[in-house]
Amino acid sequence: MAKITFIEHNGTEHTVEAEPGMTVMETAVRNSIPGIAAECGGACACATCHVYVQEPWREVVGTPEPMEEDMLDFAFDVRDESRLSCQIQVTEEMDGLVVRVPEKQF
Amino acid sequence: MSEEPIKTDVVIVGAGPCGLFAVFELGLVDIKCHVVDILPRAGGQCTELYPEKPIYDIPALPSVTGQDLTDRLMEQIEPFGAEFHFNHRVDKLERLDDGGFRLTTDGDVVLECKAVVIAAGGGSFTPKRPPLPGIEGYEGTSVFYSVKKIEDFRDKDVLIVGGGDSALDWCLNLQPVAKSLTLIHRRDQFRAAPDSVNKMFQLVESGDIKFELGQVTELHGDDGQLTSVTVKGPDGNTFEQTTEVMLPFFGLTMKLGPVADWGLNLEENLIPVDTEMFQTSEEGIFAIGDINTYPGKLKLILSGFHEAALMAQKVHQIVHPDQKLVFQYTTSSSNLQKKLGVK
Repeated sequence: MAKITFIEHNGTEHTVEAEPGMTVMETAVRNSIPGIAAECGGACACATCHVYVQEPWREVVGTPEPMEEDMLDFAFDVRDESRLSCQIQVTEEMDGLVVRVPEKQF
Repeated sequence: MSEEPIKTDVVIVGAGPCGLFAVFELGLVDIKCHVVDILPRAGGQCTELYPEKPIYDIPALPSVTGQDLTDRLMEQIEPFGAEFHFNHRVDKLERLDDGGFRLTTDGDVVLECKAVVIAAGGGSFTPKRPPLPGIEGYEGTSVFYSVKKIEDFRDKDVLIVGGGDSALDWCLNLQPVAKSLTLIHRRDQFRAAPDSVNKMFQLVESGDIKFELGQVTELHGDDGQLTSVTVKGPDGNTFEQTTEVMLPFFGLTMKLGPVADWGLNLEENLIPVDTEMFQTSEEGIFAIGDINTYPGKLKLILSGFHEAALMAQKVHQIVHPDQKLVFQYTTSSSNLQKKLGVK
């Protein structure tokens, strides 16, 4: 298991257990983390599970594939550390991961 | 100005998989349908969100893509000759004195029917509104999510935001009439038809389109009239871009929309129904698929199919009150096979 901390835009932190193999989005939805809409259910088709992954976690999590980068065009306030959480598969190495939830998913 | 009403047995709101299968189940019991959908094609979320992605939980189809499922449903309902009104959103639903209903779309199509089936899934697909402070105050005057008439943009300073096909198409279509056209996108890659991207870059080269890298962070103006926007560039620095009009294209999202105003009981944007016939709080109005809720509800396509079958039994009583419905199997009933065109 890996512990993931979601930080809402207002600073509220939620630390939850994530199962390796699941996605960060699925972990968020399963734990009712506010601010992750995930409208399309993980098809990389809506950009409503947008999160920010900050250092030192960016290397562990990796960078977006071209399809995800395309879909990020439909997100708001996209930054270098932007990822779609449905495209991040949890690994044991991500134990302790911190992701920030943007103010709005649209 | 409203058109002459089209009269039919049932209007189905939503052409996703459940709306399509409702045509089948209603067709088997001799009920004619019109189907209205805001999208330009059938399939709802299946074709809008995941046309290429496999679905693994449709009985007897170990794997089927959203597009394939939709194509097969369209083939299956073909014998029943349902009429489709794509690119229309049902805005108004009124009850008539005779117990029937009148529905009016945003494109002024008026439909009169004996029963209504709401199969609207997660709601209407509507353009995403960028969460910019005060944007509501500019909508319809300076901020537009679609182009109704190109002439409305003649001699205007136009700003288009986004990098998909809609953004690029409107850049190319509005550039000839606009006084100036600026495109803002967060990167220099575009998720759009390569031909449109090439044409756009040619116009940038010739000085006819201005292209800026960045994201809009603030709007400025008075009384609904935009004068400029603040843009954050890739280096984190901000600059002002003057404009009279902004067209943001950030894709679509699902909103419940006008369904909320139809006088139905709602629970957290879902429509409660009974589990015998999937009728709403209003006699004659049914809800099936993702938009309904009841104890134990699962948002599965197969659940919506089941709901469509039971709903059709009750709708038959409403549409053909004088006829007794005899349950039949498509495998053995020559009557049903005739309707399906296989006999």
